[in-house]
Amino acid sequence: MSPQTYSLRVNGNIYKVATHPMARLLDVLRVDLQLTGTKEGCGEGECGACSVLLNGELVNSCLIPVAQAGGAEIETVEGLSADERLHAVQRAFLECGGAQCGMCTPGMLVASAHLLSKNACPDLAAIREGLNGNLCRCTGYMRIFEAVERAVSGAGEGQG
Amino acid sequence: MGQEKIVGKPMLRKEGVAKVCGRAHYIDDMTMPGLLHGATVRSSIARGRILGVEFGAGIPWDEFTIVTATDIPGANEIAMINHDWPCLAAEVVNHAEEPIVLLAHPERHLLPKAVAAVRVTYEEWPAVFSIEESERRDPVVWGEDNVFKSFLMEKGDVDAVWVSADRVVEGEYTTGAQEHLYIENNGAIAVYSAEEGLTVWGSLQCPFYVHKSLVKMTGLPEEKVRIVQVETGGAFGGKEDYPSMIGAHAALLAMKSGKPVKIIYDRAEDMAATTKRHPSRVRHRTAVTRDGKLLGAEIEIALDGGAYSTLSSTVLSRATIHAGGPYYWPSIRVRSKAFATNYPPYGAFRGFGAPQSLFAIERHMDRIADELGIAPDELRRRNLLRPGQTTTTGQKIDEDIDLDHLMNRALAESDYHAKRERFSRENAGAGTKKKGIGFAAFLHGSGFTGSGERYLNSLAAMDVTAEGKARVLVSSTEFGQGTNTILCQIAAETLGVDFDAVEMGPPDTSVVPNTGPTVASRTSMVVGKLVHTAAVGLKKTLVASGLLHEGYSTGEFVTAARTYVAEHGALRSESRYEAPPNVHWDDQLYRGEAYAAYAWAVYVAEVTVDQTTWGVTVDDFVAVQEVGRVLNPVLATGQIEGGVAQGIGWALYEKVMWNRGRMGNNQMTNYIIPTSQDIPPIRVFFEERPFGHGAYGAKGIGELPMDGPAPAILNAIAHATGRQFNSVPLLPEDIFREMAVSKLEPEEVVTL
Repeated sequence: MSPQTYSLRVNGNIYKVATHPMARLLDVLRVDLQLTGTKEGCGEGECGACSVLLNGELVNSCLIPVAQAGGAEIETVEGLSADERLHAVQRAFLECGGAQCGMCTPGMLVASAHLLSKNACPDLAAIREGLNGNLCRCTGYMRIFEAVERAVSGAGEGQG
Repeated sequence: MGQEKIVGKPMLRKEGVAKVCGRAHYIDDMTMPGLLHGATVRSSIARGRILGVEFGAGIPWDEFTIVTATDIPGANEIAMINHDWPCLAAEVVNHAEEPIVLLAHPERHLLPKAVAAVRVTYEEWPAVFSIEESERRDPVVWGEDNVFKSFLMEKGDVDAVWVSADRVVEGEYTTGAQEHLYIENNGAIAVYSAEEGLTVWGSLQCPFYVHKSLVKMTGLPEEKVRIVQVETGGAFGGKEDYPSMIGAHAALLAMKSGKPVKIIYDRAEDMAATTKRHPSRVRHRTAVTRDGKLLGAEIEIALDGGAYSTLSSTVLSRATIHAGGPYYWPSIRVRSKAFATNYPPYGAFRGFGAPQSLFAIERHMDRIADELGIAPDELRRRNLLRPGQTTTTGQKIDEDIDLDHLMNRALAESDYHAKRERFSRENAGAGTKKKGIGFAAFLHGSGFTGSGERYLNSLAAMDVTAEGKARVLVSSTEFGQGTNTILCQIAAETLGVDFDAVEMGPPDTSVVPNTGPTVASRTSMVVGKLVHTAAVGLKKTLVASGLLHEGYSTGEFVTAARTYVAEHGALRSESRYEAPPNVHWDDQLYRGEAYAAYAWAVYVAEVTVDQTTWGVTVDDFVAVQEVGRVLNPVLATGQIEGGVAQGIGWALYEKVMWNRGRMGNNQMTNYIIPTSQDIPPIRVFFEERPFGHGAYGAKGIGELPMDGPAPAILNAIAHATGRQFNSVPLLPEDIFREMAVSKLEPEEVVTL
């Protein structure tokens, strides 16, 4: 297969990439676009460290060939804190200890933000379910659950 | 305690903003011009002689840098305690996945095909795949007797107790291998030039371990080897030993090619090739009175060390010292051995031998209680260590501990007694979901064992930058546990400045002194104390210089520091380890003060065993511990919760499936760790009794939570099922086999 050119909109910016159709979206983001915030943990769609939003849906970018992402709208962890202002889930992860080694954190944050966009006020069961595709080996998940709950209550206070 | 402004407070993680923004740079996020990618050709068999290495057709081999053992300039050795671990196999292989040939190429995607095209031929030899085969020397695969290390630890006259005992209770307990499964795989980048020497960046715990190993392997002078830790995505002990291997491999390829070389393992390679927790077999024989007084014990510990000795002797040491648990033994004899097998070497993993021996003693205590008809908590209450008594090494407990209180609190927080009674009553009914509650009491020694800290002789320093910011200079690394934050809290508190006025120096062996490895729950207690002393020195110098006056603000400190540096060129203060008084240790007899301090804990697990699926769910988990002063409540709670989750995985999910010495399930798809839906509420409680010789009263914390979950859970399963399971991991099929298959008539039994 010869390289082809793909146009991707990542965090609102348009990029053109010449690469093989079967190149993993993960590698395109990390290597071609140098957006290294998205991490590889397992390369087989189990751990969720590479989670990004593809046209608003939560996906494992290690399983997406770039051919499937051409023309798509993609959001990564770098897009959460536009204008240097932390997203509510980023602030809450920081305060609650939701990030330890930080390797699952980008995917976990993208998944958390996605969960809150679909369900503004998830209960604990919904949080557990919403994050069940993202493995964390450091925290035992408690601090992460607390962070998502705090992000919800923070959003509830109506701060902009 | 209580007057501090920064210590004891939930200060935000120093590198936290970078981590939540995706700006923290891990090894695979780094690149450099002209970079080559490295890969490893590994043994496909467990044991044998290498007959030949052929480079198959279809690969442009002239484009590759190829390294074998003959390219090693210095010793073909990964420097650990012994000298048996080769950097690259030269003539024989002793385990599957042993590295033999290294390849490098500018195109990363070409490497898997090239690795597959290298054909190694072997004369295969018989291999050893169990502790029992190793014990029988069937055959001898290491040294003269397959024994890496043995210990004999004795207290009192244990031979005299058997005749006077009312009961003798025996048991055998086994634990399996466990994969660390840090989310970031191992990786390193090496750069070499004759003028500049060698620099290795890596995901690692112990920069000076890698330094020592690479100096020996390259033959370069110490000052020509520089090791830099980059942001490290989890370690748990798994990046204590193996980074010396991967760093050496990247270095060899860089030295031969003259180009920067990056080696990043994928998950399958990381799981198959790197170290894991030692499997264990522990046998107990206990003499006890009718009313539950422990009289004496004989304990025999066997660890599977894998093919090379790596850290097995020190893992065995900690297993030996913790074997008696938190109890007073009038007499005890512990014999322990670490055996060679032909599995990839086992190495450091959170807890370092203690989880294995504490699993055994805490299951055994419940078995003794059951045999005597005494409640598990009552049996423990009659034997828990008290101040003034001596441990199994003869160490007098001079800490002001109250283990009765710790246990009572854990049982109260978990509503243990009411639930125990209710579950027993309800389990007798017809329902298929049986509930149980169980607990474990345990201890964990903080810091290196015995004389270890004295040998390490750690040095920490503080200096100030040209801008007047105070810097902590240590080789202690951050890999999620909170090193950066805790040490900056200690420094800021001691200097009397804002948390933001202190930063960490780079974990770079050319910049920081050797503060010892980041292991053994030693960072807060031991290194924290050194940072405290260095900070005191820094402040004294500034005050003595007349630039700073008591009652100063952070701004005044910064100005004074900046002025001092401008006038004198530098401001630096160092602190060297000094053992607390009355710490004596006999390395031969294993007698004396094994650890300067212990953390103590009681963990309670509540479970449901579903007799339809035979699955176990943990419904509630209470963790009560005394770890001295808690320096940062959010980080400390996170350490406990994360350790408990790993302990739940070790107990119920994580099974390494071996196939002729190779890991068969080296994928996250079929090596199962707990997900967000498997973990119960973990309720963490601290009792704070500041330790006089730790920084602001801290003791060790990181490893402790790995020790308690497995025995607490299996004790709860015994309560739920009435069956004594003595092995972890305990999977649904194991429970099914025991409970359902054994009830069937022979013709109904199908082969599982």
